[in-house]
Amino acid sequence: MPEVEMAAVEAAQEQSGATRTPNAAGRYFVRFTREQRYLHAVLFTTFLGLAATGLPMRFSESFWARKFAAGVGGFGAILFFHKFCALVLTIAFLIHVKDLFVRAFMDHEKGVFWGPTSMVANWKDVKDLLGHMRWFLGLGPRPQFERYAYWEKFDYWAVFWGMVIIGFSGYAMWFAPFFAHFLPGWALNAVLVIHSEEGLLAILFIFSIHFVNTHLRPDSFPIDMVVFTGVESEEEFKLKRPMEYARMKAEGKLEKRLGIAPPLWLTNFSRVVGFLAVFIGLTLLVLTLSAYFS
Amino acid sequence: MATAEMKWNRDQGSGIGRTKGSTIRGLKRIPLPVAAVLVLALVPMQARAQDCLTCHSDASMTDASGHSIAVDGQKFSASVHGSLGCNACHADIKGYPHPDKIAPVDCSTCHADQAAQLQGSVHADSKEHPCTSCHGNAHEIFPKTDVRSAVYPLNVPKTCGNCHSNGGMAGKHGLPSVYPNYIDSIHGFALSKEGLLVAANCQSCHGSHHILSHNNPQSATYKTNIPKTCGICHAKIDADYEQGVHGKEIAKGDLSAPVCTDCHTAHAILQPTEAVFRMQSTPICGNCHKDRFSTYRDTFHSQLGSLGGYVETARCWDCHGAHDVRPAGDPESPINKANLVTTCGRCHAGANLSFVQYQPHANARDRKLNPGLYFVRLFMNLLLISVLTFFVIHTILWLIRSRYNQLKAKGANGGKHA
Repeated sequence: MPEVEMAAVEAAQEQSGATRTPNAAGRYFVRFTREQRYLHAVLFTTFLGLAATGLPMRFSESFWARKFAAGVGGFGAILFFHKFCALVLTIAFLIHVKDLFVRAFMDHEKGVFWGPTSMVANWKDVKDLLGHMRWFLGLGPRPQFERYAYWEKFDYWAVFWGMVIIGFSGYAMWFAPFFAHFLPGWALNAVLVIHSEEGLLAILFIFSIHFVNTHLRPDSFPIDMVVFTGVESEEEFKLKRPMEYARMKAEGKLEKRLGIAPPLWLTNFSRVVGFLAVFIGLTLLVLTLSAYFS
Repeated sequence: MATAEMKWNRDQGSGIGRTKGSTIRGLKRIPLPVAAVLVLALVPMQARAQDCLTCHSDASMTDASGHSIAVDGQKFSASVHGSLGCNACHADIKGYPHPDKIAPVDCSTCHADQAAQLQGSVHADSKEHPCTSCHGNAHEIFPKTDVRSAVYPLNVPKTCGNCHSNGGMAGKHGLPSVYPNYIDSIHGFALSKEGLLVAANCQSCHGSHHILSHNNPQSATYKTNIPKTCGICHAKIDADYEQGVHGKEIAKGDLSAPVCTDCHTAHAILQPTEAVFRMQSTPICGNCHKDRFSTYRDTFHSQLGSLGGYVETARCWDCHGAHDVRPAGDPESPINKANLVTTCGRCHAGANLSFVQYQPHANARDRKLNPGLYFVRLFMNLLLISVLTFFVIHTILWLIRSRYNQLKAKGANGGKHA
């Protein structure tokens, strides 16, 4: 995403200040900061890269793996690109951890580790999960979700721990002689199993569960733009996170969350990028399943 | 052109030389003065070649059945038989005019040794394989050291290839087309592109007149003889091979052990550092070493290696050695414990004693052999299956419920946010 244009949008959002006016299509509220959107952008581009280069290695004897490898210059090229994406993602991950640390311990921001805005699971998430399942079956009302619903927290931690596990096992293979100084011999065998199985889980999960839960379900179909534009309509906010909406209103903070409607270029750009990512992901999912079950 | 020529050769040349052959062969044993008399006797015969050419130099001359019976006098006199008169081979022609039908020429009159060798060989049938099928036009035969000869080293593959290639005579007998394989091989390349006279051509391995089927234990290409046959040129590799387990098994007569051609193939031999060769050879070892191949395929070496490319991962022989494969217990084996750091270190700079504990053939499905790996795999699989199972059910139910709600709220039309 071009930095300059994004900055312009941000500036426009800043200028409108407390007296942000509702646009013609209704009010828009900020859900994700620019940093969070950038993090997601880096995460999904490198993840697609890692998946596209990791799958041919995992299923190297499938019909498409060799063709793909030959197309990009053999496995030397695949491995290089895989490592490149891994490095970029590692840096993004470390920046995220640093941000968390700064927010929680330097800025003493509340609600990083607990409370309604935290990513950490709480009792309400358990109740929401059970309630949601009851609602699926028509046995109860739809749960009132807070800022982050239980499946979103699961997505977050799956990715968080996935990165730790896949990252560690990946670096252990990359720098095997170094890791051999403090890992037993059989661990060098195990890291490949861990890396490929956890990677496969991540790929299958993201390209099926995350895609459907977040983007393809009827409430958001065909794509939830909020992670690209950062804002969502009031109607969507109220529907998807009624408890957060109510809390914001009660605390009188709703107005502070007001944003501007995403400009047309951003919506179009997000659509292209989003659909492309979903398309690549679903293609990889089909290839994975075809290789897994053949 | 070549095929047409061949056909002509077969028809025309089914017999060459009758009386003359015995005269020449006799010369070696006859005392000098007698020989001198005989040589003088040849002079009028020489003159007779010119007489024959009065008619047969007409390039359009054919016999009753339409086959050319023309002879290029210049080429004939330059050929290895150029000093002989026509009736040295066409012995039944005593004068002019001669009968329409003449006896086929019999090369064995002079070349009895070769004829005898040929008799026991795969090419014994003289109708299918007249001498001219390899040596070319009967009137234009040159010594094998002459570049014009059909059996000059650089010409041998093409000569054999007349039959042993796509659509060749060999196809009639269900024999494989080997010429294309050979000509693209490292030997064929050295011969045809570099013109290396020492590069193996067909007869280097198969012999010339006494070619035997590879099923014949006397054949140079019989399985147990192959290492020695290749060893004629590749002496060091043959010596190494005989030291290895495969060589020892072959020496014992165990035909299941591989010889050179099992890994390198017989004709399509590639440069062993070529990616194509490295790609195709690992499964060859796996033909016998099934369990080792199966566990190898679970490793990073194999996963990456089967993609092919510019960078290489370890294949069987990179660790085990290629020709002198030895058991791990042998101190000279590269996979002997004492040598592992060196062997692994060839690719993995900084390999240490802990690093070489890595098992290139670990079996994650074998609880007894690799317990740690077994449980890691079990845990990962359970994690994968449980997470996906739960969420697939969860998401499908959610989808159905959301769509139901949406339709109910907005009528059959659906809508953006139900």
